[in-house]
Amino acid sequence: MKQMNPCGAAARSLGLWGLLALGLALMAPGFLQAAPVIEHWVQPSGARVYLVSNPGLPMLDVQIDLDAGSRRDPAPQAGLAQATAALLRAGVQAHAGQPALDENALAEAWADLGAQFSAAATRDRLSLRLRTLTQPELLQAAQDLLAQQLAAPAFAAPVWQRERPRWVARWQHSQTEPEVLAEQLLIAAVYGAHPYGQQARPETWAAIEAEHLRGFWRTHAQACTARVTLVGDIDRTRADALVRQLLTGWQPHGCSALPPLPEVQPLAQGRLIAQPFAVAQAQLLIGQPGLARRDPDFLAFMLANHILGGSGFSSRLMQEVRERRGLTYDIHSRFVPGRHAGAFVVATTTQPPRAQQALELVQHEIRRFVDQGPTQQELEHAQAALINGFALRLDSNRELLQEVAALAWHDLPLDDLQTWSARIAALNRVQVHRALQRVLQPERMVTVVFGATAP
Amino acid sequence: MKPALPTPILWRGGRRSWLLLPLWTVLLWLLLAPVQAQTPALAPATAQQFTLANGLTLIIKPDRRAPTALQMLWLRAGSMDEVDGQSGVAHVVEHMLFKGTPTVPEGEISRLVAAMGGRDNAFVSRDVTSFHQQIPAARLPDVMRLEADRFAHNTWPDEAFWREMSVIKEERRQMVEESAQARMFEVFMASAWLAHPYRRPIIGWMSDLLSLQPDDARAFYQRWYVPGNAALVVVGDVDVAQVRAWAERYFGALPARAVPERKPQTEPEQRGTRRIEYVGRTDRPLLVLGYKVPQLAHPDATDAASTDALALLLLAGVLDGHSAARLEHQLVQGAAGRRVALEVSASFSYLGRGPQLFLLSGTPAQGVSPAELEAALVAEIERVAREGVSEAELRRVRNQWLAAEVFQRDSMFAQARLLGSYWAQGWPVDSSERIMRRLSAVTPQQVQAVAARHFSAQRLTVGVLLPEQAP
Repeated sequence: MKQMNPCGAAARSLGLWGLLALGLALMAPGFLQAAPVIEHWVQPSGARVYLVSNPGLPMLDVQIDLDAGSRRDPAPQAGLAQATAALLRAGVQAHAGQPALDENALAEAWADLGAQFSAAATRDRLSLRLRTLTQPELLQAAQDLLAQQLAAPAFAAPVWQRERPRWVARWQHSQTEPEVLAEQLLIAAVYGAHPYGQQARPETWAAIEAEHLRGFWRTHAQACTARVTLVGDIDRTRADALVRQLLTGWQPHGCSALPPLPEVQPLAQGRLIAQPFAVAQAQLLIGQPGLARRDPDFLAFMLANHILGGSGFSSRLMQEVRERRGLTYDIHSRFVPGRHAGAFVVATTTQPPRAQQALELVQHEIRRFVDQGPTQQELEHAQAALINGFALRLDSNRELLQEVAALAWHDLPLDDLQTWSARIAALNRVQVHRALQRVLQPERMVTVVFGATAP
Repeated sequence: MKPALPTPILWRGGRRSWLLLPLWTVLLWLLLAPVQAQTPALAPATAQQFTLANGLTLIIKPDRRAPTALQMLWLRAGSMDEVDGQSGVAHVVEHMLFKGTPTVPEGEISRLVAAMGGRDNAFVSRDVTSFHQQIPAARLPDVMRLEADRFAHNTWPDEAFWREMSVIKEERRQMVEESAQARMFEVFMASAWLAHPYRRPIIGWMSDLLSLQPDDARAFYQRWYVPGNAALVVVGDVDVAQVRAWAERYFGALPARAVPERKPQTEPEQRGTRRIEYVGRTDRPLLVLGYKVPQLAHPDATDAASTDALALLLLAGVLDGHSAARLEHQLVQGAAGRRVALEVSASFSYLGRGPQLFLLSGTPAQGVSPAELEAALVAEIERVAREGVSEAELRRVRNQWLAAEVFQRDSMFAQARLLGSYWAQGWPVDSSERIMRRLSAVTPQQVQAVAARHFSAQRLTVGVLLPEQAP
């Protein structure tokens, strides 16, 4: 079998890392080929349009991102952005010669087209998504229907009155789930009073009426700040016409600037939150504010996180906690960089009697990593993995849409994807270690131990 | 590049009214017609299937949209191929396949795939085990070599087994023991099936995990990991002849071995409703109804059971295909005057090596008992049996189904998963198209008839999750 497995046996004798470095060098030309061509223009309304024309399949994905994430919720009405997104499906008023449709007629109209419409609010943005076939008549019909929906959503009061108790019931149910409870404690402690930390509750939903949904929509559905990303079988001329029609209904909304929001504050000190709960598995969460997407250290920190716990089976945390000691099924570290500093979180679960052992091990690994930084080998391995894997991030329309929409949302340079590999390759150990030490302070982290006795 | 529509169908009466026309005929045509591509490389290719001399099946589907490829190795062996006392062993073996070979030590395969820029993982279902890597297309021969090696030469010391069993027990705690819903469903399945191995949980009963021995896993691996019981599916930026040559080199070199005989394990006829209750940590009840209904034997099968199964697929869509479908409209929105459910669903699968249940489930609304919700769900089936369904409802389900087929081609993973699932059933690679053609011929009368014929209380299993204390 030796002959069949040079990747294993030979790679070790030759020096696996030397082989990988070679792979890194060889990858560069292929990389340019893999980066998509993004066409970008600004419409007279101010809407910024990003198009990747990809004629491989007769389908189109469109995403419209609005500055209407939950960070824009008034605190007493936490959940307003999410409710607005959800209730966009609750029917349309008559508009531009098209008749009104109630929620069911609207759902049926989308189903008749075989098209998919969705809307969802994250902390930063409210994202509207359309996925449709591009046969000309179908595309036009989907475009007409979405334009009507964006121009004249009904936000029907009876539907909201009916949905609200369901949301409350789901929330109440979630309060029996340890994973949800532990996450709520962490979010509150990491973000404090920042809008990123706002969490919807029954009383905040109770403070929301249909008129608030309508008001939130009117304030935030602005063409002048919208980003529209299109990926699929469509050319620039057709895409431009489509986006114009979709956003025409927002012109009366005007273009007033939204209030600036504060930045997430660093934690002043470490904090342990231990909550007993009868569980089969203890939830362990360790976190603190991370960084914003436009932070100059973003790439260096992403590389560091990849090594610590962001890369699945080969990450340090997975190796130490799962593979070597069998303490858990899953452990990972993540950070969600937004327009503000999203939380950096290490999360794992284990049976309660082993929770303390697992927690000490994770804390030790975080401290060790922040103190010493990655080894040169780890750094090169991560660089090779990320650069060689670049094409995998972009091999479907859905993934392309996600990447390009993120680029659009954060106003990154149009060639961000083209230069990405070169920038990853240029990072050295000192830069990565410095970024790691700048962002993470192990002594000032929030630790949630849910369902086991704390140390 | 895109075909023009047959105008008599699409443009009869303007834009609003065309919504009422059979879009599915158009979509079917989009899917089935040969595409005249301006760029030949972008033409959607069909999958090709070969059999190597040792019995291993090879399925290749070029998709040239990006310079990446996906390899999935499929075993026609899942939890249904286990025996009592060793539940979960198929899943354990899947984990152990990452523990090395004489030439590739533990964990090395994942490290090597990561270094190539790839991702790797695996899964086990009741029917199959599947290992997959997504990699830059140029690295395909490397992962083929690695996969063929562990398929034939997986080996590990007992110590690695005990370490991994610790992980698997944590997995069971996380996926099942921490969820009252999952535990109820486990008991529900164990009650719905008496003889058929679908009664066992895929992850295994905890007591079986505690008693499983290293040699149990080795024996399962030896028994089922034979070329005649496996298929290699490759989707991506690849050349068919080249992939075939690599497959011959790496997988074709493995010696043929007999595929073990499979015992029938036929489920005896159910003659009466079965009911289970599970009391757990939840603040509200959950109800599941499972009916034993006919199966689709093959995409081309025209026997009564297969014909009925196709109509049942459409019925599930009519009940729960979109947010305005019948169950949501009637029971959650409360169109009849009262909300009886907070959430509700209907599902029926045409894929599976064993018999499938037609499942209805829901969470009762505040002040509604599980029994009331059960009656309301049954009443919706009876209404279909009594009043039938409209052509518009069926058209809507077909439209969604057909569009989803195109959307699915956006994902190499979804394409490979479907091809592997069809292989596990013993079906052809173009089963999607065949089933869609069949679905387009199902009439409202057939859907009405299956609703009347197959939802007998005698063939029903009911599962109820109840809160530990009254809420």
